Amino acid sequence: MVAGAAIDLENISITLGGQPIVSQVNLSIKAGEFVCLLGPSGCGKSTVLNAIAGFLPVDGAIRVGGTAVRGPGVDRGVVFQNSDVLFPWLTASENVEYGPTIKGVAKRERAELARRYLELVGLGNAIDKFPSELSGGMRQRLQMARVLVNEPSVVLMDEPFGALDAQTREVMQVELDRIWRATKPTIVFVTHDIGESILLADRVVTMTTGPSAKIKAVHDVDLSHPRTMSDPQALTLQSTLRNEIGEEVSKVLRQQGLKEPGL
Amino acid sequence: MTGKRRDTSGGSNSRTFLKTFSPILSVLAGLALWEALSRQVLPLFLPSPLATARAAVELWSDGTIVAAVAASLRRIAIGWGLGVLLGIPLGIFMGSSVVVRRLLDPYIDFFRFIPPIAFVTLAIIWLGPGEASKVGLIFYATIFVVIVSMIAGVQAVNPARIRAAATLGAGRLRILLTVVIPSTVPAMVTGARLAMGNSFLTVVSAEIVAAQEGVGALIWTARNYGRTEWVFVGIILLGLLGYLCDRLLRLCATRFLKRYDVKT
Ligand SMILES: Nc1ncnc2c1ncn2[C@@H]1O[C@H](COP(=O)(O)OP(=O)(O)OP(=O)(O)O)[C@@H](O)[C@H]1O
Ligand SMILES: [Mg+2]
Repeated sequence: MVAGAAIDLENISITLGGQPIVSQVNLSIKAGEFVCLLGPSGCGKSTVLNAIAGFLPVDGAIRVGGTAVRGPGVDRGVVFQNSDVLFPWLTASENVEYGPTIKGVAKRERAELARRYLELVGLGNAIDKFPSELSGGMRQRLQMARVLVNEPSVVLMDEPFGALDAQTREVMQVELDRIWRATKPTIVFVTHDIGESILLADRVVTMTTGPSAKIKAVHDVDLSHPRTMSDPQALTLQSTLRNEIGEEVSKVLRQQGLKEPGL
Repeated sequence: MTGKRRDTSGGSNSRTFLKTFSPILSVLAGLALWEALSRQVLPLFLPSPLATARAAVELWSDGTIVAAVAASLRRIAIGWGLGVLLGIPLGIFMGSSVVVRRLLDPYIDFFRFIPPIAFVTLAIIWLGPGEASKVGLIFYATIFVVIVSMIAGVQAVNPARIRAAATLGAGRLRILLTVVIPSTVPAMVTGARLAMGNSFLTVVSAEIVAAQEGVGALIWTARNYGRTEWVFVGIILLGLLGYLCDRLLRLCATRFLKRYDVKT
């Protein structure tokens, strides 16, 4: 349905409030690929994602589908961690129709599109509900529908399931995997959850501790779908990632004087 | 289901009982205290509740109360209405433009500390002793609080919500109209309610000069006749009217603006 676009981060550095947050990051993401970004809290994962979204000025080049990123655009949809970004005064359907309205899609067609995408994310019964009438998991589905209806070639997700309980989270992971297969956009997914990254990603990218955070390692996840964490290969990757993140977290703790070097 | 309801009915009944009757009890206690105090002093100093009630009946039957309430409410409605109608767009404008805000901030921060009564003389010189000066003073009392509330409302709009709209294809103007303004509806309601309070505080000062009718005018005339009980009638009227207006405003807000996250 949607063709993904390749993302190229070429030697990008980002400074916020005079602080070098990330520096000299290079990463190439293939069209239609699902990449997870892992790293200690505060290292700059959201910053990288915001840069791809076009929210931040950046040194170096970010190209999406070969075109340099200059600002936010409909080719890059963003699913935020907090569902406050939904418009509470609009119904689920009206929230989804927001993008198509801007594109000038006719009213009837718009409603039809909204219905189709709400059904895709399993909200076929909530078309006329307001966001406040939906559960946390349903609100995140609504965010996804609102983004996907624009048929973005890239979907950027910043801990979209971070605020959900464990059960809802698992359901959402399965749903996201299914939707990704159905629509095949390129996905960059920030998470703190190592298991989540293994279940979802084609590749997992870990980052070092900031300031001036860099890419620490890139891991291919060569597991067949559907994936389970009981797979021995998954367990091996899990412990590798745990060690990598652990190293970076202890660096943070040392920086903050919470831990003696060598301990 | 029914069993559950039966379980809680006792508790919730006594809670509703307390909820409806404790304000009534406290008002009765207040009246008793007033009565007791009034027996200790001269009526000119503190008229009794009964004397006040008699004065109210007297003022009601000669039409003074209806005329006074109508005149004051009319002034408040016009002054407050203009203040809210102009304050909302001005506040949004100031809240969304850093340059405009920097230019106007000193004025806002200066004038919001000057009470309307300080402007009574000027209002009469500039706008004449008629309705215009009274409405003008109420307008002055309302517009700044609305502007300040709207600026805060615009600045409190979740930046992620604006970013989300931008990634959905919205430009600056569309973001202002379809994201920022609807997000500030709770600030509009807050501003309008604070402004309503200010209008009632101001209407008495506004009617200090050359007003034949009005609740404030009634209070000022009472002085000339030494009728302290009229002052009490005026004060009670103001309190009741203010309470009713705020109630009405809250009712409308929760009824029609609920989906904009208005909490009252
Ligand atoms: N506007 C800003 N000005 C200055 N520093 C900022 C600004 N925004 C973020 N930072 C800093 O940039 C660093 C990276 O922030 P970022 O939000 O990208 O981290 P993160 O990896 O997403 O963390 P988390 O996992 O906790 O979400 C943090 O140390 C933060 O303090
Ligand atoms: Mg983050």
